[in-house]
Amino acid sequence: MLTLLGVAVIVLGFALRFNPLLVVVAAALTAGLAAGLSPVEVIEAFGKAFNTNRYVTIAWLVLPAVGVLERCGLQERARLTIQALKGASAGRILLAYLLLRQLTAALGLTSVAGQAQTVRPLIAPMAEAAAETAGPVTDADRERIRAMSAATDNVGLFFGEDIFMAIGSILLIVGFLDQSGITVEPLHLSVWAIPTAIAAFIVHGARLLLFDRRLAPTTEARP
Amino acid sequence: MIGLPLVYLIAGAMFAAFAGLSLGDRANRKRFGNAAFWGLVAVSFLLGDHLGDLGNGLLVLALALLAGTAQLGVGAPATTSPGERQDLARRLGLRLFLPALVIPVVTLVGTFVLKAATLHGQPLVEAKNATLIALALAAILAALLAQMMFRQPPVAALQEGRRLMDLVGWAALLPQMLAALGAVFAAAGVGKTIGDLAVAWTPVDSRFAVVAAYCLGMAGFTVLMGNAFAAFPVMTAGIALPLVIGRFGGDPPWSAPSACCRASAARC
Repeated sequence: MLTLLGVAVIVLGFALRFNPLLVVVAAALTAGLAAGLSPVEVIEAFGKAFNTNRYVTIAWLVLPAVGVLERCGLQERARLTIQALKGASAGRILLAYLLLRQLTAALGLTSVAGQAQTVRPLIAPMAEAAAETAGPVTDADRERIRAMSAATDNVGLFFGEDIFMAIGSILLIVGFLDQSGITVEPLHLSVWAIPTAIAAFIVHGARLLLFDRRLAPTTEARP
Repeated sequence: MIGLPLVYLIAGAMFAAFAGLSLGDRANRKRFGNAAFWGLVAVSFLLGDHLGDLGNGLLVLALALLAGTAQLGVGAPATTSPGERQDLARRLGLRLFLPALVIPVVTLVGTFVLKAATLHGQPLVEAKNATLIALALAAILAALLAQMMFRQPPVAALQEGRRLMDLVGWAALLPQMLAALGAVFAAAGVGKTIGDLAVAWTPVDSRFAVVAAYCLGMAGFTVLMGNAFAAFPVMTAGIALPLVIGRFGGDPPWSAPSACCRASAARC
C-alpha cells in the first residue's frame, strides 16, 4: 500500500508545479523506499532505466536542421504559403495533419513527423497564419493554436501507431499476454486498433472543427 | 552492423557541442548551468553504457537538481531578426521547404533501404532500429543541405540548434525520465498494489463496471505516467486477466488493445 505514495508524489508534485524532473526523481525514491529498497538500489534502478530509454530523446537531433531553416525564414514562409490558400482555417489544417499523422504512424513511420520535426517549424505557423486570414488573433488564442497543434500530433501518433504490428506497444501487449498464457497474433491486435483509431479521428476531428468556431467570434469581435 | 550506439554517438556529439557553445555564451547569466546540464546529457549518450547503474543514477540526480534549482537559462546566440526572416522567406520562396521535407522523406526511404541493405552478406543496420538510424541520417543531411543551399555560416546549425534546445530546456528529458520512473514503479510493485485496489473496489459481478474500471484505469494511469507502457501491464494483470477475460470471457485480441485503452507511448 505504501508504494502508492510514489503515485501521490507525482500527482501532488505536478499539481503544485514543482520542477517535473525533481518530482519524477522524488516519486521514484518514495516508491522505491516504501517498497523496502535501499536508496542506492532505487538510484541504480532509476539510472539503469534512464540509460536504456535514451532512444526517447533522439528526436532532438533534428533541432540543428530546424534551427537553420528558421533562421532563413521557414516559419514566415509557411505563413505566406497558407495565406495564399483560400478556405484554409486552423482547424482544417490540423484536421488534414491529423489524418496524415495517423496514416503514416499506422505504416510504422512514427518518426517521420513530430513536435520537433513538423509541428514547430511548419504546422503551428501554418495554423496560426490560417487563423490570421480571418482576422487578428489575440496572444491567448495564438498559444491555444500552438497547443492544439501539438495535441493534434500526439493524438495522431497515439491512435495511429498501434495499427502497425511491429511497434513497441503491440510487442509489449503480445509479450505480456504470452507470459500470462494467452497467445495472440500481432496482426489481430493491429486489426482491433483500427476501430479505436477511427473513433479517435472522429472525436479529435470534431474538436478541431469546433476549435475553429471558438476562434472565430473572438477574432471577429476585434476592430 | 550499425545500431543505436552510432546514433547515441551522434546525439552525444550534438549535446557536447551545445554544452561547449553554452559555456562560451557570456550573454547568458546562467551559462555554467546550461553547460553542465547539456554536458551531462552528452556524457549519458557517449558513456552511458560504461557508467554503471549507480553512475547513471547519480547523473540523473544531478540533472534533476540542476533543473530543479533553476540553473538553466536561455542562451540567445546571434540570429536573424523577424524583418530579415520575412525578407528571406520572400526571396528564398518555396525552396525553403526542400530541406524541411528532406527530414521525413529521408527517414521514410532510409527506413526501407537500410532494412534491406546488406554488407558482405550481413545486414547493414539493426532492423528494429532502422527508423531511428534513418532519422539521425536525415537530420544531418537536412542541416547540411540547408547550410549549403542558403549559404549559412558553418556554426549556424549548432548555434541555432542550441537556441531551440535552450527554449525547450529541461523538458526535453521529461519523456525519458517518465519512462524510467515507470520501470522503478514496476520494480517497487506499484502496479500490483493498484491492481489489488481496483479489484477490491470494482463490483465484480457487473460486466459494465469491470470493463469501465479497466478502461478508466488505463486512461488515468496513462495520463499520470505520460505513456501507457507502465499502465498496460498493471491494469491488464489487475483487472483484465482475472475479470474481463477470466470471468466474462473477453476475447484477448479485442479487449487488450482496444475498447478505450491502448498501450502506445506518446513521446511528447
